[in-house]
Amino acid sequence: MKTISTLAAILCIPGSLMAQPSGDEILDRIDSNMSSGSRHVISKMVIHGTRNTRTIESETWSVGDEKAYTEYLAPAREKGTKMLKLEDKLWIYSPGTDRTIQISGHMLRQSVMGSDLSYEDMMDDPELRKKYDAAVTGSEEINGTECWVLELTANSPDVAYQMRKIWVDKQRYLPLKEELYAKSGTLLKKTELYDIKKIGNRWYPGKIVFKDMLKKGDGTEFIVEEIEFNVDVPEHLLSKAALR
Amino acid sequence: MLSIKLAIKNLLGAGLRTFLNVFILSVAFVVIIMQNGFIQGWNKQAKVDVVEWQYGQGQYWHENYDPYDPFTFQDAHATIPEKLNAARQEGTVAPILVTQATVYPEGRLKSIVLKGIDPHQKTISIPTEKLVREGEDVPAILGSRMAMNIKANVGDYLLVRWRDANGMFDAKELKITGLFRTDVPTVDLGQVWIALEELQQMTGLDNEATMIVIKDQSHAEMDLASWEFQDLDELLYDMNQMIKSKSVGNAIMYLILLALALLAIFDTQVLSIFRRQKEIGTFIAMGMTRRQVIGVFTVEGTMHAVLSLIVGAIWGIPLLLQLKKTGLPMPEGYDQFGLPLGDSIIPAYSLGLVLISVVIVTVTTAIVSYLPARKITKMNPNDAIRGKIQ
Repeated sequence: MKTISTLAAILCIPGSLMAQPSGDEILDRIDSNMSSGSRHVISKMVIHGTRNTRTIESETWSVGDEKAYTEYLAPAREKGTKMLKLEDKLWIYSPGTDRTIQISGHMLRQSVMGSDLSYEDMMDDPELRKKYDAAVTGSEEINGTECWVLELTANSPDVAYQMRKIWVDKQRYLPLKEELYAKSGTLLKKTELYDIKKIGNRWYPGKIVFKDMLKKGDGTEFIVEEIEFNVDVPEHLLSKAALR
Repeated sequence: MLSIKLAIKNLLGAGLRTFLNVFILSVAFVVIIMQNGFIQGWNKQAKVDVVEWQYGQGQYWHENYDPYDPFTFQDAHATIPEKLNAARQEGTVAPILVTQATVYPEGRLKSIVLKGIDPHQKTISIPTEKLVREGEDVPAILGSRMAMNIKANVGDYLLVRWRDANGMFDAKELKITGLFRTDVPTVDLGQVWIALEELQQMTGLDNEATMIVIKDQSHAEMDLASWEFQDLDELLYDMNQMIKSKSVGNAIMYLILLALALLAIFDTQVLSIFRRQKEIGTFIAMGMTRRQVIGVFTVEGTMHAVLSLIVGAIWGIPLLLQLKKTGLPMPEGYDQFGLPLGDSIIPAYSLGLVLISVVIVTVTTAIVSYLPARKITKMNPNDAIRGKIQ
């Protein structure tokens, strides 16, 4: 009798829930999609301010999440500005002043080129699996795509956000939306991914929209124009000498 | 006496030329007093203000704290020493916790320094009594400059985001319960003040502070682990250096003015000696020694300084007194540079300042009067009396 009732219960569970992976499994799948040994990206950043919209073009070379070199290509005002991230240090070179400065202290809280991203967001440690307990809390549809809703709660006090909520595409294992919450539960930032394309053997967004929820404006669009994974990054670009 | 009589007669005889020389010299004299008065006034006013609003009679800083490096704030905090508990109860020491934060006035992002201070402190003039919590809202006070920059008023809510001791973000709305007006921008610009306990709770730094301000010397120089005492000399060092450099800059300006006035007197003396050779010859022929003749001309030149003191007093005293009454209004926005400046600077004149100015003007005038007169020693009295050019 007991066996029959257990079997009946299993048969009643919807198929999608039966196939529900754990939070950690989902995070692993996301990492394999989004992370790469190295990459080369040509992108556009469209910043929607309260009064106007600005577009900034840039070229980035990166190795893992620790090292990245970005050179701004347009508009003329920003052209030649270079940024170098080496682990937990960040430098910016401005051709107007011909000076390289390390971004630290107060400046880390300033926005990058007036966007919704701050310099400290760029320095944020993305190792979610180590610092968060992930739990699948349900299933929702985002822009017509079925998603797992993943809630990440900090398991150590030394992380930037107490809670993260991620909507992950069930088919392609891409985070289509992410919300970052403060300790008090206030929604601080929101990220949305659009134009998902297959690049090689991975799915990658063509457009990412960042929004600082405490700030006015329509957020910042990050549009990927060209992207290559696992490329050879010229060694000289990942040193301070490349800034001049 | 004869020299003085002759000098006065000759000066009055020169008419407009004497008046112009005397007037220009009097301008230099009044400007020296005025400029030094402003520097001294500013110095006095600024020091009184910073002691009253910021420094108290000294401060204990956490050993990692560097006010010029916000990067140090994260690690610059420690438990408030028990030795100061009694004084804390009396309000004669004021512990302050400092952390970086971001505010979003009207949806704009602005980096600030969030400071926690005991609402019952009596050590500095910041009106912290407005930080006493009366309801659900966390009270906050701002300086008038900061309020103007972020367009905030009493009763407004200010959204603030900060990181706790472990670096985790948190956000909350603060209610602005008061604005204060101070001449010390370093407790105003880019800062929001809340109650110490609120900030300790928000950051998870219970009973900790970054600095401790003391009201009287009895709490100075105590041996407190992790805390270093900064006396007023150290705290005022930057300001003293700034005032010193400002004094040098001003001295250059009035030295130029003084040099122009003295050049005019020098020229007048050269011209007098050239044109009055017959007179010089006659003096010598009548038995005056060359030194006595030089004395006559030197006194005559120096009399410019004496007359300039009189003329300067006639127009300068009312002007300086009026400036003392009204002060010199400072241009708007000047205080945004972080200098402790009021709406106007009230000059401070002292007897010493006036005496030094009198001595400087008189001695320099005497020197420039004497230098051309030395030529008289080389004059041949026969040629001089005939008016032959030498």
